[in-house]
Amino acid sequence: MFQFILKRLGLAILVAFTVSFISFSLLFLAGDPAAALAGETASGEDIEALRHLYGFDRPMMVQYGDWLFSALRGDFGESYYFKLPVAGLIFDRLSITMTLGVCGIAFALLTAVPLGVAAAIRPNSLIDRIALFLSVAGQALPSFWFGLILVVVFSIKLGWLPPSGTATWRHFIMPTIVLGYYAMPAIMRLTRAGMLEVLSSDYIRTARAKGAPEMRVMFKHALRNAIIPVVSLAAVQMGFMLGGSIVVESIFALHGAGYLAWESIGRNDLPTVQALILIFAMFYIVFTFLADVLNAWLDPRMRSS
Amino acid sequence: MADRLLTVRDLVIDIPVGGGTLHAVRGIDFELDRGEVLCIVGESGSGKSLTSLALMGLLGKRIKPRATQMDFDGTALLSASKKTMRSLRGARMSMIFQEPMTSLNPAYTIGDQLMEAMLLHRDVPRAEARARAVELLEKVGITAAESRLGQYPHQLSGGLRQRVMIAMALMCGPELIIADEPTTALDVTIQAQILRLLVDLVREMGMAMILITHDLGVVARVADKVAVMYAGELVETGPAKEIFEAPMHPYTRGLLRCIPLPGKTKRGSELGTIPGIVPSLVGRVSGCVFRTRCTFATEACRGDIPRHLRGPQAFRCVLDDGGLSQEKQEVQA
Repeated sequence: MFQFILKRLGLAILVAFTVSFISFSLLFLAGDPAAALAGETASGEDIEALRHLYGFDRPMMVQYGDWLFSALRGDFGESYYFKLPVAGLIFDRLSITMTLGVCGIAFALLTAVPLGVAAAIRPNSLIDRIALFLSVAGQALPSFWFGLILVVVFSIKLGWLPPSGTATWRHFIMPTIVLGYYAMPAIMRLTRAGMLEVLSSDYIRTARAKGAPEMRVMFKHALRNAIIPVVSLAAVQMGFMLGGSIVVESIFALHGAGYLAWESIGRNDLPTVQALILIFAMFYIVFTFLADVLNAWLDPRMRSS
Repeated sequence: MADRLLTVRDLVIDIPVGGGTLHAVRGIDFELDRGEVLCIVGESGSGKSLTSLALMGLLGKRIKPRATQMDFDGTALLSASKKTMRSLRGARMSMIFQEPMTSLNPAYTIGDQLMEAMLLHRDVPRAEARARAVELLEKVGITAAESRLGQYPHQLSGGLRQRVMIAMALMCGPELIIADEPTTALDVTIQAQILRLLVDLVREMGMAMILITHDLGVVARVADKVAVMYAGELVETGPAKEIFEAPMHPYTRGLLRCIPLPGKTKRGSELGTIPGIVPSLVGRVSGCVFRTRCTFATEACRGDIPRHLRGPQAFRCVLDDGGLSQEKQEVQA
């Protein structure tokens, strides 16, 4: 197990380096950064001066090393737009995004897994139909539309929940539901399919033949095996939610990191975009790593491979 | 009278399929005394496994078996509550399955799965269940039993897994073991070894066993009683000795010609085959199901088939000698 974790950790670090290099190169792929910085009316001399000031005239690998070393210390440079350190800018926004992401995935898992299990225990029953309906609806409803409907019903008509902002936990209820419901269908379908497959396997019959009560058969013997692919999926979705909740953040005016990324792209604020890409990628890497460790704990066969 | 453990009267298993009903098992009767070994033989699809699953109450929600009587030591299995059935399964009646490779849960250690069988039924501390697991692993011939407890199924070979399955079935000291082709999925080299082990343990612990197999060589060695199944019916039952020495039903005789038996099959003689295939059991089934493959079949075989008793032996055929005299004439001619 320890060896497995070490191996995965090494792999994760390699991926992290690759991603950091790619996100650094974006600066150059997007055109001459000095020209972009100087603006359209700048003279050639101004651009040259800026190029030297920001160090763009140095060899690329030197710039990368410099940038990476700073980034590791939490220094992502200065935002072109805000003229403030990027790290501070992102840090404020990240707590909002992370709160939303964690709540969203929790909501998705807490609805999808029980529904998926219930649907698999009684296929084609009413509960299975309801679960199918909810998942099809979740896949078909665009987040922005579903979010606005919630605002109309619960904020405007009923006045139960605040429509926007981040002041209290009540502000997070609707965003959580919208974001979580987006991830729910896939998790639910995968749980159901996994459970159905596992329930027809020989070792479930063995468990019953031992005289195990049905609840124990379902949760101890079946779910542990069925949940393995769900863990991997949830990790990817969690990464997605932390980086890609731009739509939800805009609807509910939660000024999180996703929203900042979207704004910064429009403003050509490259240091901010770079830093955000790196951080979002790190989330993916960390969650995939955690999912691998969790799966290895769930499935002993994975540890030895 | 011997101590009766299991009585089955007129067991019927119908399976709903696409366009009708599959009459998989139709009115079979047998009984088993304590300490007896009953072998159920027959081809694939003859209903052997279904019968054993029905005894264990493991047929699933979709299939409802019926019987006029199906008693295990005074408990009517078909009308027993789920709770009663659970308390019997794994404790007083255990089952060993055909597929050792997939019958153990990949996520738990051998030790956990062995101990579970005991902890579910007996109020004993884990240490005691653990000790029992080690004892049984040693009994089924697994070396370094103590360290095996922490291993996972994927770390064991098929033969070892089946030994673990046997040990698991024995954890609570059951009175009845049902073994459904326990060696079919194993390498030929260890089949005999595992079977010998199973039979020795059953004899040693005084358990009754239903051994389902299509290997008549095995039956000849271990059975007290034999039940021959064909397409969902018991065509012949009786003590092993009588069945092997004087098989009455044409199907039983055909089966016996298909295998070489020491002392019975002449050296150099050709082994027999039974031509044809098992008929479909979907829809109405009447008359003798073997008539499509039987050399003695006549119009009468479409009607009701009487049951003949010859001492402890019973068989179903329109001919009261199962066509034996006709067969002898043919051989002479």
